Amino acid sequence: MKKVIIIGAGLAGLSATLELAKENAEIILVSNQPSERAQSVMAEGGINAAMNTKGEDDSPIEHAKETLVSAAGIVNEDAVMNMVNAAPNIVKRLIDFGVNFNMDGYFDVDLRKFGGQKKQRTVFAGNCTGKQIMTALIDAVRKEEIEGKVKRYSHHEFLHLVGDNHCEGCVIQNQYTREIIEIKSDAVVLACGGMHGLFDKTTGSVFNTGMAVVRLFSQGVVMSNLEMIQFHPTTISQGNKSILITEAARGEGGRLYSLNEDGKKTYFMEERFPELGNLMPRDITAREIYKELQNNKVYLDMTGVDQEIWEKRLFELRSDMKFYFKIDPAKEAIQVEPGIHYFMGGIWVDIDHRTNIKGLYAAGECAAQYHGANRLGGNSLLGAIYGGMTVAKSIVSDEESDSKSAIISNIVGCKENMDSKRKVSKAMGIIRTENSLRSALESLKDKNDEYHVFLKAILMSALMRKESRGAHFRGDYLGINPEYAFPSVVWWDGRTINVRLKKDGELD
Amino acid sequence: LKYLITIKRQNNPDSESYIQKFEVEVYGHVSVATMLKDLNEQQNADISWECGCMSRKCGACAMRINGKPMLACACFADEIRGRKITIEPLSKFPVVRDLIVDRTAIFEGLKDMELYLSSEAFNNNYTRKIRYMSAKCLMCGCCLEVCPNFNVNHIFIGAVGSVNAYRILSQEQNMEHKDQLNVKYKERFYEGCGNSLSCHDICPAGIEVDELTARSNAVAVWKR
Repeated sequence: MKKVIIIGAGLAGLSATLELAKENAEIILVSNQPSERAQSVMAEGGINAAMNTKGEDDSPIEHAKETLVSAAGIVNEDAVMNMVNAAPNIVKRLIDFGVNFNMDGYFDVDLRKFGGQKKQRTVFAGNCTGKQIMTALIDAVRKEEIEGKVKRYSHHEFLHLVGDNHCEGCVIQNQYTREIIEIKSDAVVLACGGMHGLFDKTTGSVFNTGMAVVRLFSQGVVMSNLEMIQFHPTTISQGNKSILITEAARGEGGRLYSLNEDGKKTYFMEERFPELGNLMPRDITAREIYKELQNNKVYLDMTGVDQEIWEKRLFELRSDMKFYFKIDPAKEAIQVEPGIHYFMGGIWVDIDHRTNIKGLYAAGECAAQYHGANRLGGNSLLGAIYGGMTVAKSIVSDEESDSKSAIISNIVGCKENMDSKRKVSKAMGIIRTENSLRSALESLKDKNDEYHVFLKAILMSALMRKESRGAHFRGDYLGINPEYAFPSVVWWDGRTINVRLKKDGELD
Repeated sequence: LKYLITIKRQNNPDSESYIQKFEVEVYGHVSVATMLKDLNEQQNADISWECGCMSRKCGACAMRINGKPMLACACFADEIRGRKITIEPLSKFPVVRDLIVDRTAIFEGLKDMELYLSSEAFNNNYTRKIRYMSAKCLMCGCCLEVCPNFNVNHIFIGAVGSVNAYRILSQEQNMEHKDQLNVKYKERFYEGCGNSLSCHDICPAGIEVDELTARSNAVAVWKR
């Protein structure tokens, strides 16, 4: 029986927990907040699966094709195929767990349209799909807790890994008492979410500080595609936080228009992209809005959405807009701007979610796996669940080996710096250039603590990729350059930051 | 507009609490959560509090605002009468630091009630809407804070029990486990609820707590 520590009790962590519990593993579930507060509960729009309940001849192959087009060539295609093939059964299993998806009639799940996809493929539960799925999985994990297979360490924060030649466990800290505990294990799973807190303003949870990946990087964990940051096309600023307007708003008929000084409305997405219009992939839509915002204001117009859709599919969106912004989206258009929403990049993993360190695994938003250069809406919940399941299978099947991977003892100092954060956020905006990235890097030159080393790694990943691919758009290198058709990898060797493209077969 | 913010603070579980006052200038539809963030960032107030989604989805920031339990992210300066805001930690749970309280009792209580499905979910279309509402519970503790019968050291679990029990009671197909659930429900909820209805209209997630309680009672106690 293996003992496994899971860092993070969001969707990926719970999915891994349930799968490992089936195998009778001893599970230690560590999280700085209870699962109810995980960022996963904020996911709104839905989860993609080729359920094909709308007579549109959908299939996992179609799902894979669109995922790969969006990922723009720097994703493991086999991993994507595995995920999309598993998707319909994952949805069926979620229904058995008690998730209240919207139904179409008595037997079929309802589907909605989402960006970058020509067919209706997104299974949803009102406008709170993440919350509804999380509740069901929390209930399921509760059973395993009662049966003694899972022990939770809530309000505990991950500090660092322990082990010389492979991962032998980790050190965590009780956030209530400040007590520091070392736990030994056969495997550690990182399911600690995206690195939202490293950036100025995002739609993510404030709890996702990103400090876990900062510490892991300083211990020699290889990161990948750190330059691939998804800007969601439609967000609203609220203080120093971006509030998301779900892509479902456009999936259910919302239209984007720009308004110039003369009061002229232009439905720019529909004009420029006749086939998918407002539902182009997020990277493209966000950039088009950004372009419009240079001279005009941009609005999301949902005034044409049917009453029935508001009531059955978007009621939470409407009440949130009224509550937070005093706007009734059924009656007036909402002014929007793109905002950081998701990190496609993160901890490098192989197809089975192993990291470069033996005994250490990663899944969910913290891992760079299924989304390449741009993620399709609806694929994050799926990626988190499937990633968690895959981690569990790998841990169960992996045998002890003599292969060694050095873990570096970390440098001290993991404190955020608002000034550096702002500089990096600005340089890593929707449009990046050599100059802006270099000057941000230059300004961090004398800062060499863990936190700043990681910020530099992000900037260096963006500097290295001298092309525009997916979410990474370089004002000075327009267009895709086939020479860069590989994921980037970046790692710390104890002295320097190393960044390069990972050509096929290496590291795996 | 100037607001006077009074915050009840405490350094650790064993220390005495103290009151600290701040002045904040805000305009428009600004939430208490944003005000607390600004206090920490601009006035170096170093107030410990929990904040996740800023959009009433995670339940972290529940606290007493002018005496009423609310989410800080769902309470706005321009909707508060007068320009005085008193902020205290929830009083029913042990204080960890400042506005952070230890809500472990909620999760332990749900575990003790054995709220899980031991079968595949029974998916009845007629109960879907109410199940959906049951699954929206944030575990923030607002309904427990107002409850005259709830106390962390007492067996009565409060409305968080009746709200969350509903989806399990209505979807469990293993009748043995369902019977156990009924027993636990009576013991930990039904027998302790004083029907004060204090939990009416308090849920920040908009859950109709009394509706769910009526339905859970019906399924678990009255066998409907």
